[in-house]
Amino acid sequence: MGGAEAARSRERARTGWLLSAPALVLLLVAASGPLLIVLVYSFLAPGQYGNVVWQFSLDGWFQVFLQRDIFDGTVGPADAHLTIFWRSVKLSILTTLITFALGLPTAWFIATRPPDRRAMWLFLITIPFWTNLLIRTFAIMEVIRNEGLLNNLLIGLGIIGQPVQIVFTETAVLIGMAYVYLPLMVLPLFAAIDRFDFRMIEAGYDLYASRWQVLRRVILPIIRPGIVAGSILVFVPSLGAYVTPRVLGGGKQMMIGNFIELQFGQGRNWPLGAALSMLLLAIVMVALLVYVRATTREERDG
Amino acid sequence: MVKVFGSGDHALRALDDVSLTIETGEFFTLLGPSGCGKTTLLRCIAGFETPTAGAILLSGRDFTAEPPNRRPVNTVFQSYALFPHLTVAQNIGFGLEMLGRPRAEVAATVERMLALVKLEAFAGRRPQQLSGGQQQRVALARALAPAPQVLLLDEPLSALDLKLRKEMQGELKRLQHETGITFVFVTHDQEEALTMSDRIGVMSEGRLLQIGAPREIYNHPVNRFVADFIGETNFLRGRVAQDGLYLATGERVGAAPPSGARIGEATLAVRPEQVRLEGPGDPGSLSARVTQTVYFGTDTHCHLHLADGTEIIARLQSPPSGDVGLAPGAEVGVRFAEGALQVLGD
Ligand SMILES: Nc1ncnc2c1ncn2[C@@H]1O[C@H](COP(=O)(O)OP(=O)(O)OP(=O)(O)O)[C@@H](O)[C@H]1O
Ligand SMILES: [Mg+2]
Repeated sequence: MGGAEAARSRERARTGWLLSAPALVLLLVAASGPLLIVLVYSFLAPGQYGNVVWQFSLDGWFQVFLQRDIFDGTVGPADAHLTIFWRSVKLSILTTLITFALGLPTAWFIATRPPDRRAMWLFLITIPFWTNLLIRTFAIMEVIRNEGLLNNLLIGLGIIGQPVQIVFTETAVLIGMAYVYLPLMVLPLFAAIDRFDFRMIEAGYDLYASRWQVLRRVILPIIRPGIVAGSILVFVPSLGAYVTPRVLGGGKQMMIGNFIELQFGQGRNWPLGAALSMLLLAIVMVALLVYVRATTREERDG
Repeated sequence: MVKVFGSGDHALRALDDVSLTIETGEFFTLLGPSGCGKTTLLRCIAGFETPTAGAILLSGRDFTAEPPNRRPVNTVFQSYALFPHLTVAQNIGFGLEMLGRPRAEVAATVERMLALVKLEAFAGRRPQQLSGGQQQRVALARALAPAPQVLLLDEPLSALDLKLRKEMQGELKRLQHETGITFVFVTHDQEEALTMSDRIGVMSEGRLLQIGAPREIYNHPVNRFVADFIGETNFLRGRVAQDGLYLATGERVGAAPPSGARIGEATLAVRPEQVRLEGPGDPGSLSARVTQTVYFGTDTHCHLHLADGTEIIARLQSPPSGDVGLAPGAEVGVRFAEGALQVLGD
């Protein structure tokens, strides 16, 4: 590269930075600022009526994983907390799997409609977004509660004698989250399938692949970016879900989001809440890292 | 075989009573204009379409109801349809892997195929990182790797530039010769068909009009469509009589009528290179007037106006000076080479 050209490209880089400066400052203040405050709070002591006292303490982080017995003072793992973490991760993974299982055929169906119909189908998919999340969640409650639509129907048909307890179980939370996050899976899957060259399927059949092999070896690898995007879009908010587990889990099936809220509310333990928030962030980061690695390995192999 | 798309008023007979036998190891070409049903016929053989009526037999076995993945037939798609997520080597090995062949055998065959299409250096690349011609060779290698009984090629060369196309034509012939696999090749380029094929099937509007060796199709087209589609042809209104061929205007232009030709009015056809020019008024020649000469390099096309108004073209070899010396308006005599006149059905 010539000297003049190098100077020009440096100049261009400087202009680029200058132009994006306002956005970068805003991002720094609005995103990193609060995050930093939360990080600092996690290392302070709790105040009597909430808030924090400015005094270094590791109690917040200690309480995340461990607990001290009130009577004999021995230290053991905080079983209740670990249960909540495990439930959060488990339900989020299950939600991702369920939305994928339902979303793939749905997205496939939409992508194979005539082009002038697709917009309508996509519009229908996004309709739930137009309603408040809380209202949608209560609507689900109306369907699955003991005297609700589903149970009454099953009893009316004579399939069951007693109403099935769904509300306030993990299943209820799962149903709710799968319903709420399904569009987030369908949209990126649709985008990927829409770009998919359907002649690949014929090429696969032509080369002796069975239907299953065509799906596994041709379709899924090619639409993989859509699968990864959809999974991230569903998994990350599922992990931090608050409203759905609160309403459908009824306080019994707490997830991390509810637990954090508890610490900032009745629990009056802001440092613990802050430490939990950081932990949630860490889990999300790890999940994203796994996804990114999974996608780039694919590229490197080639 | 018949293939109908749609039903009722919208029904379209894409294949209309097509009947065809292709020999083992043959290079067979389907030739015809766009939309005549070439791809549809190929897709029926591959198993992507089910014929509305009729059957497809391979070495005597009926394959009509078998799905594509159970037919010993592979396709080189017009668009190549290479798998973008696999490397060149993985693309080529895909078919054998699906057939459940052992790893070592797959690897060995892939090696052999890469050498055959001269792409050894590109084994680890993705299809997107290859040129059009290289992609085309990968598609070929991928289809050849499982050693099918029949290889179907749907206009595989149409996306290539002229020079590469010529090169690939030679390569295809060589591959077919080396592997001994039956090739069914689709093209709408008549020159490609004439130079490469053992036999050609000319199609139009879902019908197979004529099947024959390139020479036979070129020199003895069965009807006006075939004569017109393959090479350039002059058509003359004329008459077949017991003692020779006559133009509608009465001049005798040919000797004894070809055997089997029906006596009566007919369309006569003659290739431009079989039209001879003489001095005006030479005995036995037709008088004509030059309207235009077009220089093509090796040849010069001379457009002629016959006495009855018919326009014909004579193809003359260009002389060293490049000028045939025929100005528009010049009077000449026209004669057709011995046996060059064809009597067409319709
Ligand atoms: N799936 C289909 N549904 C309805 N009509 C079809 C279908 N496939 C092909 N056709 C029609 O059948 C006819 C033959 O099509 P085909 O693709 O076989 O032509 P072709 O000879 O391969 O033409 P080209 O040289 O342009 O590729 C066309 O009129 C086409 O519109
Ligand atoms: Mg075609």
